[in-house]
Amino acid sequence: MAKMNKIRTPQGLEALRNSLLQQRDPKKPRVRVCLGTGCRARGSLDVAKAFMNEIKKQCLDIQVECKQTGCHGFCERGPVVVIGPKEIFYQRVKSRDVPEIVSKTLLNGEVVDRLLYINPATGQKALYEYEVPFYKKQTRLVLANNGRIDPTNILDYIAIGGYQALAKATTTMSCEEIIDTVEKSGLRGLGGGGFPTGRKWRLCREAAGDTKFVIGNGDEGDPGAFSDRSLMEGNPHSILEGMIIGAYAIGANQGYLYVRAEYPLALKHLQIALDQAREYGFLGKNIFNSGFDLDITINQGGGAFVCGESSALVASIEGKMGEPKAKYIHTVERGLWNKPTNLNNVKTWANVPLIINNGADWYAEIGTEKSKGTGIFSLVGKVNNTGLVEIPMGTPLRQIIYDIGGGILGGKKFKAVQTGGPSGGCIPERLLDLPVDFEKLTAAGSMMGSGGMIVIDENTCMVDLARYFLDFLQNESCGKCVPCREGTKRMLEIITDITAGRGKEEDLELLQELAETVKDFSLCGLGKTAPNTVLSTLRYFRDEYEAHVRDRKCPAGVCKDLIEYVILEDKCTGCGACLKLCPQQAIDAYGLIHTIDPAKCVRCGICRDVCPFEAVIVR
Amino acid sequence: MAESVPEYSKVDKTIESYSCEKSALIAILHEIENSYGYLPAWALKHVSEKLNVPMIQVYGVASFYDAFHLTPRGKHLIRVCLGTACYLRGSARVLEALESELGIRDGETTPNLEFSLQSVRCLGACALAPVMVVGEHHFDKMTPTKVHSVLKRVHGKNE
Amino acid sequence: MVTLTINGAKVQVEEGSTILEVARFYGMDIPTLCYHDELTPYGACRLCMVEVDDGRRTRLVASCLYPVREGIRVRTNTERVIKGRKLILELLLARCPSSKTLQDLASKMGLEHVRFKMENEDCILCGLCVRMCAEQMGSGAIGFVGRGQNREVVTPFRMASEICRNCGACMYICPVVDLQCRGVKSPGELCNSCLVITPQCVEKYGQVMCTLNSCGACLEKEEKIV
Repeated sequence: MAKMNKIRTPQGLEALRNSLLQQRDPKKPRVRVCLGTGCRARGSLDVAKAFMNEIKKQCLDIQVECKQTGCHGFCERGPVVVIGPKEIFYQRVKSRDVPEIVSKTLLNGEVVDRLLYINPATGQKALYEYEVPFYKKQTRLVLANNGRIDPTNILDYIAIGGYQALAKATTTMSCEEIIDTVEKSGLRGLGGGGFPTGRKWRLCREAAGDTKFVIGNGDEGDPGAFSDRSLMEGNPHSILEGMIIGAYAIGANQGYLYVRAEYPLALKHLQIALDQAREYGFLGKNIFNSGFDLDITINQGGGAFVCGESSALVASIEGKMGEPKAKYIHTVERGLWNKPTNLNNVKTWANVPLIINNGADWYAEIGTEKSKGTGIFSLVGKVNNTGLVEIPMGTPLRQIIYDIGGGILGGKKFKAVQTGGPSGGCIPERLLDLPVDFEKLTAAGSMMGSGGMIVIDENTCMVDLARYFLDFLQNESCGKCVPCREGTKRMLEIITDITAGRGKEEDLELLQELAETVKDFSLCGLGKTAPNTVLSTLRYFRDEYEAHVRDRKCPAGVCKDLIEYVILEDKCTGCGACLKLCPQQAIDAYGLIHTIDPAKCVRCGICRDVCPFEAVIVR
Repeated sequence: MAESVPEYSKVDKTIESYSCEKSALIAILHEIENSYGYLPAWALKHVSEKLNVPMIQVYGVASFYDAFHLTPRGKHLIRVCLGTACYLRGSARVLEALESELGIRDGETTPNLEFSLQSVRCLGACALAPVMVVGEHHFDKMTPTKVHSVLKRVHGKNE
Repeated sequence: MVTLTINGAKVQVEEGSTILEVARFYGMDIPTLCYHDELTPYGACRLCMVEVDDGRRTRLVASCLYPVREGIRVRTNTERVIKGRKLILELLLARCPSSKTLQDLASKMGLEHVRFKMENEDCILCGLCVRMCAEQMGSGAIGFVGRGQNREVVTPFRMASEICRNCGACMYICPVVDLQCRGVKSPGELCNSCLVITPQCVEKYGQVMCTLNSCGACLEKEEKIV
């Protein structure tokens, strides 16, 4: 890009946008390759290179546009490629498919049948992107442009209307009006807290002091959640625009983006976006000639889940250990360096430009009475279509899991859905019609959290799952306060004993008692929500706990010490595949029939994995 | 990589690139970790002096975060994802298989400094669960049966 | 001045006071472990939690940190608070059973059994020594290192500190190592002797023994201690 003069007026922005639109022919054949982390791990970078090489080889540089985009969200089917202008949707594309796609689809509009999406439930093929059920049932507002723009090119963002909201806010609205708009829209924090965003901004603006800060929380630590990652990688400018508008309204002149170090691509794209925003004058001095200055710095996390908690995050930015503090004095009054600080999740910031552009009423019409707008969920686990789902708040869980998620993997039975990450809880089948809403999820014993949604089938042990999350939180506990550090440790001890068949009848009562105290007495959100999975599984799946304790059995067939692997005599053909691979040499052959010695077996599952005749079962 | 030789000027340069800002401590430690594979004691002491941050605070930060290590690491860093999606698809068994093959526990390094094993929570590639990363290479849909062959490949590559 | 109600009593206190300061001033007992009035409050032991009704909702707060506000109603000994305090103490005792301070607190609360596997640590990570060294002695030779289960108080690199002046303030302020008690009769059973008006040692030796040296007097040993 040539050196640009900074854009200082809405007219300047409009002129740039128009000139870009004129250069871009919407009817031109174009390729959009998803380069989000999920697709990359499946080789989409090679696919992208293959396209560039093929286009060059066939001298199509001028006729055809090739764009590398951020995460399209349908990670199950990666690498994802969309061919415009008709938006034909190809999935599981390999580099060797590329020459065919170029000659057939790009040049002649012919379809490469084998790359189309087939609905596993109906057998129906989808041709266009908007026909794919996974996308059709979504309301993609925040994620709308993820698959359409090149996240490393600010001009793409400007061409689709980027920074218009910033222009509007800084040149036609007062700070009060901006905060009123955000408050009226009903936007709530999408990082887990669900605190009304407008009210937070107002409190920060009203706090005493001239130096204020804004922070974007990109420390998505929930295992299984990747919506923040996708947004930071795929549309970083939407986050920046929101932060700049917020900083203007609040009166902050310095911002920080706190991104976990485990997201190198997000870090890279955010840095590029920052540099470009500065180049064009959207960051820096006198933004849009309003007299408002702002700069934003990126801070990398060091690897600690607790740093997603706002006071720990602030400590981390200050160069200290991520220990939370009691929040009797809120961060908006005394936060970073003891100054008023407004911290919001990156998803929350990305909603702001939409609200400014379309108005508070537009936003408030989406969602439920108390939970407005859309929610973005990372749908993973035992579901057919894993990926990112954006739907209006209030959508029933059943719809998300079955209509969009395509139902349970392998046709198994649904058991529960875990929402809100390790701090959340499990929702059982009988509550599947529960709408996704802050209050409703909390009332059911779970929470919205950062949008993680993990689907669980009959082959998952709920006690083991609770143990898994407790183990995670125990490891991530900062260790400062007694209830969290000691309480979760003892809860983990008890629940591990239960999964190992050493559980006693009193254990369930003790677990409940510990859970309640840890919840009430812990210092920060991590400790306060750590017992949630235990509490919700005790509430809805108590029978499984009792089976472990009283009968020493694991109904789901998971807990190692309570199960055994057995070879079915009538199915075993004596092929010996299992014997060869057993790491403990626990398999003996008596003539053709093979048997497993339970004393030597460590339940690694390799024999069951390799048996071609399904002769190995778990009891 | 074995214990490193002090390179004070290199660390100075890093600190200066952050304008000797105290709040850049974590970023500076990241760069040192990337250069040496761990945080050598001499480097931590130097950072404390130059940034004028108490040694106990530098040491505390170095000990608190997962990204930082106080002892040298192996040549090949094997990361196994134990995030929820991967765990539900059996990644704990993959970790166990690795532990038994390499003879070390999660978080440890083999005595010959060849391999370091580290469980991580969520690399963001949940559709490919269970996920294992060695250096820059992703291995998806891992099972205990694949562990032996993958290790052989990695080891063989660099011999 | 701020007016609030504490345990039913209406009081007027200076703005900026914490609930704990108010309670102590009026002779209301709230147990603490990580608090010392000469050091910055830390809020880590959670023993000082009390219930506060601020007009909108009732919640549990750490009284050593919570600044008083106009019109709040504070209750320091509700069922919820007592239950939690007992459990926290039980957790701490499971970690450091030989601490007389913890044992005494347990006796006061009527805690007799510890239902968890007992360990043998001698630090409850209250941070008093760290704050003492930094704030009162101006050294900062020791600090917290590690996370969660690995959290401990050490010197940098666990080596002899160049800035430690051997003043002993850390040992002085420690609520755990100061007085040792062997008051665990069998796994999980506390002896509770120390707070009895006439503990066994008085009968046997004519005086309370545990302040003199490492107490073993309440065990059934026939040693002669003069």
